Amino acid sequence: MTENSNIINDVTSSEYKYGFVTDIDTEIIPNGINEDVVRLISQKKGEPEWLLEFRLKAYRYWTTLEMPTWAHLDIPPIDYQAISYYAAPRKKEGPKSLDEVDPELLDAFNKLGISLEEQKLLSGMAVDAVMDSVSVKTTHKEKLAELGIIFCSFSEAVKDYPDLVKRYLGSVVSYRDNFFAALNSAVFSDGSFVYIPKGVRCPMELSTYFRINASGTGQFERTLIVADDDAYVSYLEGCTAPMRDENQLHAAIVEIVVEDRAEVKYSTVQNWYSGDKDGNGGVYNFVTKRGLCRGDYSKLSWTQVETGSAITWKYPSCILAGEGAVGEFYSVAVTKNHQQADTGTKMIHTGRNTRSTIVSKGISAGYSQNSYRGLVKVAPNADGCRNYTQCDSLLLSSHCGAHTFPYIDVLNDTAVVEHEATTSKINEDQIFYCNQRGIPTEEAIGLIVNGYAKEVMNKLPMEFAVEAQKLLQITLEGSVG
Amino acid sequence: MDNILLEVKNLHAGIEGKEILKGINLTIRPGEVHAIMGPNGSGKSTLSSVLAGHPSFTVTEGEVVFHGKNLLELSPEDRSHEGLFLSFQYPVEIPGVSMVNFMRAAINEKRKYFNEPALSASDFLKLMRQKRAIVELDNKLASRSVNEGFSGGEKKRNEIFQMAVLEPRLSILDETDSGLDIDALRIVAGGVNKLKTEDNATIVITHYQRLLDYIKPDFVHVLYKGRIVRTGGPELALELEEKGYDWIKQEIDN
Repeated sequence: MTENSNIINDVTSSEYKYGFVTDIDTEIIPNGINEDVVRLISQKKGEPEWLLEFRLKAYRYWTTLEMPTWAHLDIPPIDYQAISYYAAPRKKEGPKSLDEVDPELLDAFNKLGISLEEQKLLSGMAVDAVMDSVSVKTTHKEKLAELGIIFCSFSEAVKDYPDLVKRYLGSVVSYRDNFFAALNSAVFSDGSFVYIPKGVRCPMELSTYFRINASGTGQFERTLIVADDDAYVSYLEGCTAPMRDENQLHAAIVEIVVEDRAEVKYSTVQNWYSGDKDGNGGVYNFVTKRGLCRGDYSKLSWTQVETGSAITWKYPSCILAGEGAVGEFYSVAVTKNHQQADTGTKMIHTGRNTRSTIVSKGISAGYSQNSYRGLVKVAPNADGCRNYTQCDSLLLSSHCGAHTFPYIDVLNDTAVVEHEATTSKINEDQIFYCNQRGIPTEEAIGLIVNGYAKEVMNKLPMEFAVEAQKLLQITLEGSVG
Repeated sequence: MDNILLEVKNLHAGIEGKEILKGINLTIRPGEVHAIMGPNGSGKSTLSSVLAGHPSFTVTEGEVVFHGKNLLELSPEDRSHEGLFLSFQYPVEIPGVSMVNFMRAAINEKRKYFNEPALSASDFLKLMRQKRAIVELDNKLASRSVNEGFSGGEKKRNEIFQMAVLEPRLSILDETDSGLDIDALRIVAGGVNKLKTEDNATIVITHYQRLLDYIKPDFVHVLYKGRIVRTGGPELALELEEKGYDWIKQEIDN
């Protein structure tokens, strides 16, 4: 191996910098899952009967299912009875203001670079922080309320806006959708809820930071976003977790409903702990994300930068039901060491003249496996649909794998579906060219990889773009060989 | 005082165990232009790669002193910071990385090396504008990705543009004339001449006399089978142009 390869290996097997554990008094229920546990969770959250019924139906359905095995992933057996399904920072009687939030918790969020106070005062970005599945504090709520925008934790939404929640919960991702969706529907503990009323353009980026802190727990949050007619919102999601040598399970659901002419942008920077360089520990990230573009000329855009998790199983999708609806999926997925990712999207065209764009950039290093899996489906009655898919893979080592599984299912012959795919290996000559101009190998890789991912990075909101660029650089420290 | 910029002594180097350079000796002083000519496969490009520190090549013997420093101990990027520039025969494309970002990274790495603060955005853009004029490089080209979709001539002009920005002490032009039409050749050579000072030096690697009509060498070296077999003034290049390399090959091989 050349010196460059060594550097790339150092860089790509670099340490995880968010791996601290916060010492917070946490309430964790005993491990295991059964109907009583589901009831206990519901009871702890003081939920109405209909929601308990929803959970129980989901639980009963889940018990009839088996873990899916179709993904290009090697998932060790998971003992679902060895996980605690509810962990909450122990509240000292409901904080009314930031001053009352546990200082340790605030400190934890500060370490993540998101000071709630700062966020609240300076940034004009509204943040909902979810620690171990329980929403800790939502900033900017009052300001948003003036516009009729609801942005709160899922539990609050259940209490304060039960009709909205009841109407939309499970309307896009049914509890019968898949194994992990059923599990989430049974035991979800919190999450975020967003409602943008008719004709309102949300004036700030709404943002949620998720963090798993407690040991031996799973995180099961739910996000529900509804954009009513002519509404617009840009929503950001960031994720980190402590370094632990066990595997932690994260099984979330994101549901989005987009009405007539409304637009939702959903951006994710996922950096869950990915395990050490030998593949021990790390988060299992099994997430179901789907949006229903129900309205005519509605638009949903998913942008994701995935650098973390030991195993990722995730396909943010769009159902394009309204006439002329638009779905977009822009993804950068980076895997290194022994990480595995099977990610992509589904674009389901059921409305006429609907359009979708898929741009997927996979970057694989070390011994990792990185798969793109995508479905483009055009229904028989959906005339005039278009899809463009571009799927690129960049290999940084000789031991990693990049795979592409495109499924195209077109039942209407007026559809135009394009698919382009490339695979390339990072080139020693490119690195040497940078070196010769005085740019050291680590920085050169950062430049080359960011250049490769530029098309997707450009889609991220400014606040995230800079962070994501750094993340790509840090993540890949030492990964070519 | 004998002011030497680059001194190569008995340099042996090769790739994958195969020796290509078999004892190169070369002395270059500030202000000089040296042409290195020779038939295909004589080791010209290997010499430029080894001097720049390409990781594929291994030095097996000899030493190289670059203004008092042991060049072979320096990483490729430090060689660059110390003032060694290689204009590539085949400049690589780096998709998605704009020339502006690329050059900013290059310049600021160099400033970091000398403990200088990074250049402000406005100073940097001013510098880019100034230097672009030297090789008549279009503004649009500078905002495009590094060499991506550039024509052969544009790539070479872009190399000289980078040379202008980095202000090296020693520039190695590796077959910069290959693939250039006469107009592009004139622009590129004009750029090189504008950048020439009493303090810097240039190594021009070429097959043909043509480029040397524009960039006047002080010395011409003939490289053959990994050794410099003949050194002369500009007249040697003319002689080679007229007679080809066969007479030299015959002399050496016999």
